[in-house]
Amino acid sequence: MSNIPADLKYTKSHEWVRTLANGNVEIGITDHAQGALGDLVFVEVPEAGKALKAGDAFAVVESVKAASDVYAPIAGSVLEGNPSLTGAPELINSEPYGAGWIARMKPNGAPAGLLSAAEYQAHLAAEG
Amino acid sequence: MGRRTPLYDLHVGLNARMVDFGGWDMPVNYGSQIEEHHAVRREAGVFDVSHMCVIDARGARVREFLSRLVANDVAKLTTSGKALYSCMLNETGGVIDDLIIYFNDESFFRIVVNAGTRDKDLAWMRKVAAPFGIELTERTDLAMLAVQGPQARDRVAELLPAEHRATALALEPFFGKPLSNEKGGHWFVARTGYTGEDGFEIMLPADEAPGIWRALNARGVKSAGLGARDTLRLEAAMNLYGNDMDENQNPLESGLAWTVSFENPARDFFGRKALESLKAAGLRQKFVALLLEDRGVLRGHQKVVVATGEGAREIGEITSGTFSPTMEKSIALARVNRDAGATVQVDVRGKLLNARVVKAPFVRKGQVLVS
Repeated sequence: MSNIPADLKYTKSHEWVRTLANGNVEIGITDHAQGALGDLVFVEVPEAGKALKAGDAFAVVESVKAASDVYAPIAGSVLEGNPSLTGAPELINSEPYGAGWIARMKPNGAPAGLLSAAEYQAHLAAEG
Repeated sequence: MGRRTPLYDLHVGLNARMVDFGGWDMPVNYGSQIEEHHAVRREAGVFDVSHMCVIDARGARVREFLSRLVANDVAKLTTSGKALYSCMLNETGGVIDDLIIYFNDESFFRIVVNAGTRDKDLAWMRKVAAPFGIELTERTDLAMLAVQGPQARDRVAELLPAEHRATALALEPFFGKPLSNEKGGHWFVARTGYTGEDGFEIMLPADEAPGIWRALNARGVKSAGLGARDTLRLEAAMNLYGNDMDENQNPLESGLAWTVSFENPARDFFGRKALESLKAAGLRQKFVALLLEDRGVLRGHQKVVVATGEGAREIGEITSGTFSPTMEKSIALARVNRDAGATVQVDVRGKLLNARVVKAPFVRKGQVLVS
């Protein structure tokens, strides 16, 4: 069973969002998503300064199997992409909610429209 | 729900990630595809390939039938046990499937074809076989395991009764022989595979397969899924039917010219006339191995281009691409224009990345061959 930390928010497209103490957010893909993708071998993180609308494809994660877009869970601007992922994309497999974060963003206003851990769990169950 | 092999429950018990593969529920990995890949290159791994279709061809005129059916020449099969890789072509020279034929004796050859093409292959083979009075039997009673890697043969031999151990270990590359195991069931062990490593492919009664799998695991042979099978075969530059060739492509432009035998002018195999016309007119495309020099991952269907004064000109297409776990670089097979040079570019999700044409295979017997 995949790990879904209670303190994070989620999207139906399997991103997670952590609100940091300073109001900025950290974004990654869920344990379920990394498991479905398999071993990650290449990650393209967004550049700092990029302005995004919620739902914009803003990063690419490639496993041995396939490439997948990662979508911005909220509107805002990119503060930084995770530089560690260039040399170690497997961090997303080993620590999807920690060292495997993909980007940090400054949100435009309060994040809205995200799922709670329980709602994401229900979404996964419904997806089968 | 898809079709299941005799090892389905075992895969689920091993926490495999199951996916649909040509209508079959198959294990894509048991946790980490990359670890499974390395296990096969460095030690040994076991794959369930029971979804592949084993067909026994029996009759007095089997050799004659096969001589007509496939593009390679079964006249090369002179020693009992010898195997032959070939394409089975249609009248226009398109590839219906690729397959392996094992020669047992003049009245019995065994053929192994792909899972996804089983029905059309059988229909075609039955049609071609009719005038030769051949009996074709689909061996759905058998499971098939591929045990691959530098330690694979020794690990398998340990499971065999003493009287068969020597026979199995004495098999030369690309030979297969029937063995009877201690329970009296019949095994067929072949020194063939799809990874670029040494190893065995074993056809055995379905009910014996789970026990053998567990015994191999207990001897350190790692369970390996279809994901690792694909990265291993691509490093070995072995074609995958449906990706690298199909009914719309001929073997000569699919890197398979070495499997087509024109030597005997009297042999009228399906597709021969079409291929001879193509050769006479001049082939337009060639099949190449590509190594990506930039960061990224090559994938099937990406366009191969060259830069010109007026922008990028398309010269071909990737047929299979992946990330090579052994080389830690992206590699691909591609069909490109005959005049393509040694460096090309590939349109990877809108970016043009640099790739180099290299000599295949990329990796064989644990060694990277491309610099």
